[in-house]
Amino acid sequence: MTDLFSKFDPLIEQRRALLDTGVTDPFNLVMERVLSPTRAICNGRETILLGTYNYMGMTFDPDVIAAGKQALDEFGSGTTGSRVLNGTYAGHKLCEDALKEFYGMDHAMVFSTGYQANLGIISTIAGKGDYIVLDIDSHASIWDGCKMGDAEVVPFKHNDIVAMEKRLKRIPEGAGKLVVLEGVYSMLGDIAPLKEMIKVAKDNGAMVLVDEAHSMGFIGPNGRGVAEEQGCLDDVDFVIGTFSKSVGTVGGFCVSNHPKFEIMRLVCRPYVFTASLPPSVVHTAATSIRKLMHAGDKRAHLWENSRTLHKALRDKGFQLGTEEAQSAIIAVIMPDLERGAMMWEALLREGLYVNLARPPATPANMTLLRCSLCAEHSAEQVQTIIGMFERAGKAVGII
Amino acid sequence: MDRAATAQKIAEVIEPFNKKGVALTDATTFAGDLEWDSLTVMDFVAAIEDEFDIIISMNQQAEIETYGQLIDAVTKLQG
Repeated sequence: MTDLFSKFDPLIEQRRALLDTGVTDPFNLVMERVLSPTRAICNGRETILLGTYNYMGMTFDPDVIAAGKQALDEFGSGTTGSRVLNGTYAGHKLCEDALKEFYGMDHAMVFSTGYQANLGIISTIAGKGDYIVLDIDSHASIWDGCKMGDAEVVPFKHNDIVAMEKRLKRIPEGAGKLVVLEGVYSMLGDIAPLKEMIKVAKDNGAMVLVDEAHSMGFIGPNGRGVAEEQGCLDDVDFVIGTFSKSVGTVGGFCVSNHPKFEIMRLVCRPYVFTASLPPSVVHTAATSIRKLMHAGDKRAHLWENSRTLHKALRDKGFQLGTEEAQSAIIAVIMPDLERGAMMWEALLREGLYVNLARPPATPANMTLLRCSLCAEHSAEQVQTIIGMFERAGKAVGII
Repeated sequence: MDRAATAQKIAEVIEPFNKKGVALTDATTFAGDLEWDSLTVMDFVAAIEDEFDIIISMNQQAEIETYGQLIDAVTKLQG
């Protein structure tokens, strides 16, 4: 039968072939119980979590949980409305105030998800006739925002400053320009040379948007991200972030010093035409963001975890996405999807959950086992994880 | 640069990407005949952009499916 679903036939076939080999479906795992930021029950057995974005381990923080419970009691389960109508509660303002303080910026706008923050801001500020110059490895939410806004979209090779500059210089005189970059690229866990790239963008008259989703909370002296670490946050026009990683709940945001920024609340469709976050979510987020301002010890421990795991996996002979640990993400490169799925399953049998990432989400058609560390992983857990990787890697023949 | 000279230069840029040595006509398609995946297309577009010092935005790329359409587009983009 041929219908609108026929275009998915190749993917359906690839998936069938993979599952026919007998491996557990890597895209259908259920966490039956969650014991802590680093442990859950999956398929009936206790599993160490090494594939969440819970970098700072805030999901079970007692103050965060208490704030959420209190908000449920005092404000109810949901807002049933848009931010611009009946959906802005005290908690949304608390959240935006916490963000302004966290980043030291004048304006903060909270969206219902991080995806919507990119979709909304990019599509609204760069419209028909404007040019968006972006890294080719940008997240799907950035690409979708570009497509929705009707701007001319010009990608350049990943982290290639010269390729970016050439394209900026070719843009017709007088056209509006937006450069979109990420602090940490989430597939390989590598960071961008933001200082150099932002200077080139500014020299060529472009505004700059940086997605710091995977750096908030632990990169930079105050956890503001890669731009803060490299000393160029003041030159970033818009920082996009999320609550679903270090903050430990769900939601997205944009912070900015642009004097006209508040008009975005009226013109940004993914902000206007959706329900706002539930009170429990914004109260947990606000509490978590404030605690992240004073989380220096946790930041230091997370870095230690990341460096320890990176070095051990490299020494055992695994091929990794970066030479050194540049973030809390360590990507282990698999030879192909089939062996990637086998390795993923072998690790799950050992009691370790990691992310299996594959094309088109990955650069250069790679299959990756993506490990993301948490500040709540103990040093002993990291050693346990290293042992699991070694056994699974040998069993599958990767090392 | 006229259409013939542009076509000649584009053919040179295509050469290293044309792994199967498919003969080029104006009707040759990149996805179908040359069997390029999206990553190859990205690399190729960057090479064309740098060769001619132009921008072919994603929006414009969506309209270009064949060798002939690319020659027309590049000829026009050079002004």
